[in-house]
Amino acid sequence: MNLAAIQTGLHDHLPDDLFAGSPLAVSVSGLQRRYGERLVIKSVDLDIREGEFVALLGESGCGKTTLLRALAGLDKPDAGTIEAPGAPGVVFQEHRLLPWASLWANVALGHEKTIGRAGAVRALAEVGLAGREEDWPRNLSGGQAQRVALARALVRDPKLLLLDEPFAALDALTRIKMHALVRELVSRHRPGVLIVTHDVEEAIGLADRILVMRDGQISASHRPIDHDPVKLRSLLLSELGVIASRASAPGASSKPDKLKSRTDK
Amino acid sequence: MADIASPYQEIAAPKPARAGFQNKALYPWLSWLMPVVILCVWETASRLGWIAPQVMPAPSRVAETAWELARTGELFVHLGASLLRAAGGFVLGGTIGFALALAVGFSPLAHALLDRSIQMIRAIPFLALLPLVIVWFGVDESGKIFLVSLAVLFPVYINTVLGIRQIDPKLLELAKITGMPWFAVVRRIIIPGAMPSVLTGVRYALAHAWLALVVAETLATTRGIGFLAMDAREFLQTDVILLSIIIYATIGVGADSLARLLETRLLGWHPNFAKGAR
Repeated sequence: MNLAAIQTGLHDHLPDDLFAGSPLAVSVSGLQRRYGERLVIKSVDLDIREGEFVALLGESGCGKTTLLRALAGLDKPDAGTIEAPGAPGVVFQEHRLLPWASLWANVALGHEKTIGRAGAVRALAEVGLAGREEDWPRNLSGGQAQRVALARALVRDPKLLLLDEPFAALDALTRIKMHALVRELVSRHRPGVLIVTHDVEEAIGLADRILVMRDGQISASHRPIDHDPVKLRSLLLSELGVIASRASAPGASSKPDKLKSRTDK
Repeated sequence: MADIASPYQEIAAPKPARAGFQNKALYPWLSWLMPVVILCVWETASRLGWIAPQVMPAPSRVAETAWELARTGELFVHLGASLLRAAGGFVLGGTIGFALALAVGFSPLAHALLDRSIQMIRAIPFLALLPLVIVWFGVDESGKIFLVSLAVLFPVYINTVLGIRQIDPKLLELAKITGMPWFAVVRRIIIPGAMPSVLTGVRYALAHAWLALVVAETLATTRGIGFLAMDAREFLQTDVILLSIIIYATIGVGADSLARLLETRLLGWHPNFAKGAR
């Protein structure tokens, strides 16, 4: 892990953690997951605080989706702990709306008694779909369907919001609108957010902290606030192995996320 | 101005329709033309004595017989008896098929235990069991209902299992995230998700039930549409025989439209079944 080695000697001109005062939305330590012989997640430690927006970048198969599924409770880790207050809200790449339920019933799914129709209607209005509560999912565009999925994820005010490449299937213009909507919703509800994405620009634009995952480990951690966006973009691309490494360039400050180098084979 | 634009204009403007045959609005009426012509030819041929009444009575004669039997009330007694048998068998077979499908669809253990046996029994054409049914039940009502239930059970079972299998596992993951209790998962996700397939099963089952009923009613009976036909055969009353065939057909069509009605009612969300889609 030469990348990590480079990044350990770093300087910080901003407070260590902007969200230090907020309660933890999730705390992961020593997480490990193997499929047969293959170690998909070697060891991951990660804290996300309420209100903090964390992006997880990495190429396909690096274990980032497995990590998100573990946090969502859909995948059981082989070792390590995940501590989170309450169930997270999740938005997937596909909207996963029930085609046979109206929009409000989709938003309130599983919590019809506590949320009720009124709560679901409010959540729909919040994502810009006021008055559509009786409509069927099949009458929605891709962007609108993802809005409903967002409303469903946030309707119970979860402390942790997990986004698994939620905008990957949308066209570029819709994606820009969705970014603005997500930013707005997160600033209002203030959950801790973990977004898994391939899109470096999306990560820079949305996140307070960007994690790069490689070979089942978090190999780098950056705060966009510390960087010039253009330089950060090329730094991230080099860390992702997309362009030739310029990671050692002066001024490229990075900080691995709690990199307690664990020796696990 | 015969320039570049003209070929496109030619394509865009259709040639003026010739006569009324280009008018698609007439097609539904046109489809009735053939049956009406056949009926008229048949009636004429019967009246002129080209067809012997014992072979094929005139349509008007069949209508007269129907009126006569309806007036005395005899027709409704038989119709009621037949419908009761069909309904009884359908409810019995459908319930058992559905219950078995739920068990097999949800529990891998039930699947391992039951599915192979059910598939084996399914391989038997249910009409081949007729002699055995007579031995077991004699010729009274229970044997007939048994035969109808057997005909209904398998289409309902197979399509319900299929419907449960086809439910998107991604939706079940969603249920897991929302922390829904299992009965809510069944009610909100599994039953509606399996419904299109279940209703296909119901439609097949209705067709099979009718077939089973026709065969079951040719056994010794004293009531029912089948009895009407068998009794008429003894006395060469071809008009009554023809009438019972027509009644069987009508009820078959009625059962099918009932299934379609259920589909439009229950599957309004489904693009293939939405109102006006067919």
